[in-house]
Amino acid sequence: MADTVLESRPDLNLDVVRDEIGDVRTEEMLVNMGPQHPSTHGVLRIVLRTDGEMVLEAVPHIGYLHRCAEKIGENVAPYQYIPYTDRMDYLAGMNNNLAFSLAIEALTGLEVPKRAQVIRVIFAEMNRIASHLVSMGAYGLDMGAFTPFLYAFRERERILDLFEASCGARLTYSYITIGGVTDDVPERFIDVCREYLDYFEPKIAEYNNLLSFNHIFVKRTANVGIISAEKAINWGLSGPSLRGSGVKWDLRKVHPDCGYDEYDFDIPVGQGLKGQLGDCWDRYFVRIQEMQQSVRIVRQALDKLAGTPGEYKHKSGKSVKLPKDEIYYEIEGARGQLGFFIQGDGSQIPYRVKARGPSYCNLSITNEVVKDCLLADVPAIIGSIDVVMGEVDR
Amino acid sequence: MSLDWKQTDIVFVDQPALGAAERLYLPQIWGGMKTTLRHMFKKALRDRTVVQYPEQERPLRVEIYRGVHRLNRDEDGRVACVACFMCETACPAHCIHIEGAESPWADREKYPIKFDIDELRCIYCGMCEEACPVDAIELTPEFKLVGKSREEMIFDKEKLLMVYEQTKNLKPRKDPAITGYPETGHRDRVP
Ligand code: SF4
Ligand code: SF4
Repeated sequence: MADTVLESRPDLNLDVVRDEIGDVRTEEMLVNMGPQHPSTHGVLRIVLRTDGEMVLEAVPHIGYLHRCAEKIGENVAPYQYIPYTDRMDYLAGMNNNLAFSLAIEALTGLEVPKRAQVIRVIFAEMNRIASHLVSMGAYGLDMGAFTPFLYAFRERERILDLFEASCGARLTYSYITIGGVTDDVPERFIDVCREYLDYFEPKIAEYNNLLSFNHIFVKRTANVGIISAEKAINWGLSGPSLRGSGVKWDLRKVHPDCGYDEYDFDIPVGQGLKGQLGDCWDRYFVRIQEMQQSVRIVRQALDKLAGTPGEYKHKSGKSVKLPKDEIYYEIEGARGQLGFFIQGDGSQIPYRVKARGPSYCNLSITNEVVKDCLLADVPAIIGSIDVVMGEVDR
Repeated sequence: MSLDWKQTDIVFVDQPALGAAERLYLPQIWGGMKTTLRHMFKKALRDRTVVQYPEQERPLRVEIYRGVHRLNRDEDGRVACVACFMCETACPAHCIHIEGAESPWADREKYPIKFDIDELRCIYCGMCEEACPVDAIELTPEFKLVGKSREEMIFDKEKLLMVYEQTKNLKPRKDPAITGYPETGHRDRVP
């Protein structure tokens, strides 16, 4: 591979160039990036093989956060597993709860009340906003812009307030559960939530001014870490990382569960606005646009919630018996396709639980993208793929 | 690790030419600073957002926050738990250990002589509270939990009852309807 690159770009052959101009010869070096590196977003350790400023190879080493989450699932009843799913992708706990609940419901044929479905959509989308806010803020931080991070957290805080009012926790919600949600939304929820959306929506324009279209930020992210659509599909990317490459694929549209087909929203994809299609900036900007779309969905869902009285939970959600059958169920989480494989054996406790975390699959492309770019671009690329280590290691 | 690359897979992108102003980056920095400064001088906004934590505290929505457990007392001051083991069964982290005994009172059969919760193992999911038929075990809004050893963090019956004494004004037994929302921003600490 290196030969091909060198043939086509002789200027990349640093040793040759250095020989010609009489510069020092460099040596290959193994550099450990992480697990405590601030821009690896958690305990990701990447071993970089570098030659001067060039990265020749990047191998992610994972497993620092491994908690046997799947094995635990084979020892507790499904409703007891919900809190454990919170801790996988800890920035989007609601989406994890939702994926596991939907999988169990599909396996057992449990009917979810209409009102619960609307509440689920609201919370899943609000959590998507919160998660993308962290992603955006932290990405700015990686690129040297501190301010957007603080603003993003300020906005996220108010989403967490709404979550706290509904379920009593700010990070590990366990709110969406088998057969519905644990509790009805509190009084005045619709008004408070709508007030928040009115406050939040103009902020997106502010982020764009402050970060997205800032020339310094664009210079660091555009044309860096380009993933072509074909490559993205081949490596099994999903979520904003896939859509950043211009692929129109979103499970909320492909198989709409929870009644997503009743909402009016678009799927933003990367367009190569600032550089080549599928670069870091495109992936970043897809997230910004997705927040806008989530706001749209939540607005519609709030209208719907007002007109959907009734139960918020199925009575037998806690006592479901899993049939001797298996299921694989996927939803569009905040980071991509989040799926659960569950095999039942006729008892209350699953025989096998397996999770497909989008971060894990997205991380696999690291070496492919990172190699042959500059060391300073590594945080830009890793940040734009947006992995959450809790989900990679599980 | 190396894969065969086709020549067509490699995309080369040329750097766009920069004007003199762009090369300085100063206008861009100023553009970003404008937003920052605007926020910086809005004092009201800042006060609502920033909490100087140890000196100030953020009002939590006290009623349903899932913090440290407590074991409630009933109207007569007796421990309300009837040792039915529902919470122990429901707990996904297996951190509740109860030993029941014949109750000395006429209105119930059993009561707990031992009731331990390992607060370090607990994942604060609230399922024990949900499972309890007599609202004896509840989670309190108390989230500041400190201990010097692991043993200290295993709360026994006395300690759990003590937490009840400390928090009963904050959250009455059998939660009332919830109407409030947490407010972002600080509130000066009540001494
Ligand atoms: S909060 Fe959850 S983990 Fe903690 S004791 Fe109760 S049931 Fe167990
Ligand atoms: S569920 Fe309630 S009554 Fe039963 S053992 Fe637990 S605390 Fe006691």
